[in-house]
Amino acid sequence: MRTVMTGNYASAYGAKLAKVEVIAAYPITPQTSIVEKLAEFVSTGELRAKFIPVESEHSAMAACIAAETAGARTYTATSSHGLTLMHEVLMWASGARLPIVMTNVSRAMAPPWSVWVDHMDSIAQRDTGWLQFFCESNQEILDTIIMAYKVCESSGVMLPAMVIEDAFILSHTSEPVSVPDQELVNSFLPAYAPEYKIEVGKPMGFGSLVKPDQYMEFRYKAMLGMKEARDRFLSVEQEFKHIFGREYGGLLEHYRCDDAEVVLACAGSVASTAKDVVDSLRARGIRVGLARIRAFRPFPHQEFRALGAKVDGIAVLDRSYTFGAAGAMFTEVKASAYSGQNRPIIKNYIAGLGGRDITPKIIEKVFEDIQLVTKRREEPDVEWVDVAGLPRRWR
Amino acid sequence: MTKSYEELPLTPISTEPSTINLTGLWRVIRPVVDKEKCKKCKICWKFCPDAAIKLVDGEPVIDLRYCKGCGICAFECPQKCIIMVREDEA
Repeated sequence: MRTVMTGNYASAYGAKLAKVEVIAAYPITPQTSIVEKLAEFVSTGELRAKFIPVESEHSAMAACIAAETAGARTYTATSSHGLTLMHEVLMWASGARLPIVMTNVSRAMAPPWSVWVDHMDSIAQRDTGWLQFFCESNQEILDTIIMAYKVCESSGVMLPAMVIEDAFILSHTSEPVSVPDQELVNSFLPAYAPEYKIEVGKPMGFGSLVKPDQYMEFRYKAMLGMKEARDRFLSVEQEFKHIFGREYGGLLEHYRCDDAEVVLACAGSVASTAKDVVDSLRARGIRVGLARIRAFRPFPHQEFRALGAKVDGIAVLDRSYTFGAAGAMFTEVKASAYSGQNRPIIKNYIAGLGGRDITPKIIEKVFEDIQLVTKRREEPDVEWVDVAGLPRRWR
Repeated sequence: MTKSYEELPLTPISTEPSTINLTGLWRVIRPVVDKEKCKKCKICWKFCPDAAIKLVDGEPVIDLRYCKGCGICAFECPQKCIIMVREDEA
């Protein structure tokens, strides 16, 4: 079925097609319409699942953890302050190796109070041991949720995943979306069957205390799970393509990067705008490309190392800022690209915080700037884009 | 003998409930109930954070296998009929 829907409904349909068994959620702007839609599916009987309304996001994740430990496929969705309130239990979900899938509608952190797109909430969960997938379109949101369950529930992975959609730009904007047949999804995604689960009459404790002689071994195993997630994601996407005819380019999507002199690296919906800019610059003979970060965790280190060997400059556009350092994506891109022999010039652009528009003109100027600093072989500073009061004009 | 990471499950899983840990071994002072003064109000039983007080015919009986000697029962008892006694003097 091909229809028109918002990013939030794409999330809800993704969870429904994955036949989630337990949903525990708390409403927050701009996530609410995801769980409203799922509550509707449950009330009409279209989805056979237990919907648990809870009193906070911390409780939502705690309920998902308990249900998943009992062997149920679980789903939740949140945003911004809701996600950061979950922080402690996010760590539990990954340490307990529970393949929960959650949508985070990425929104700015307050103050200043804001409900608009910004990746700070997601980036702040970088070290929780969750897989993180940034989406560019509503179709990708739906497809990524289905793929995420398959990747996460693999015996070698067993880690949770966050599917990230940009606030309002995706969450509340309607786009054409193909909703796959349930039978096809069933053939792609088997029922969740964990090796261990809590069962009535069979008491077991999960995530128990270990002494210093065994703690590292468990963390090492989680590390292996994330390593496995990388390869698993690539193979699952190929399998998905075989059945559904769609793919998105692995952990790092390369758009017109062949023979590019400079590339822009970014994540989320801004990539869509950037592709148009790349096309118009290419039409003028300017050799630019786009590297879209789909997976922030596991990070596409190998892909950026290979890309760094081929290009002269990389502009990394972060939609968040890590105070006292730089944009988190920039730090990782640089670490990856500089592990090779060729060291391209890499510059960080902080843009679009709190829902500020990143226009085609701004992206064009970012490309002009990275070409210039690459030519000069400068070691550039982090540049804040489109801040009123700064001398450089971006509009 | 430390197990190799390969022999371990994904997350630590215990097949025994936590009652296997006899936390009474931590105790340095123990509650002693004066049965004459006790009114069987059950307040100590409700407050015990380790569920280490059993009611036998309505009377509190301390389960010394699990009582850590925290003294909450003695503090809460309105009759003041529970006193904490040093283990080496009990």
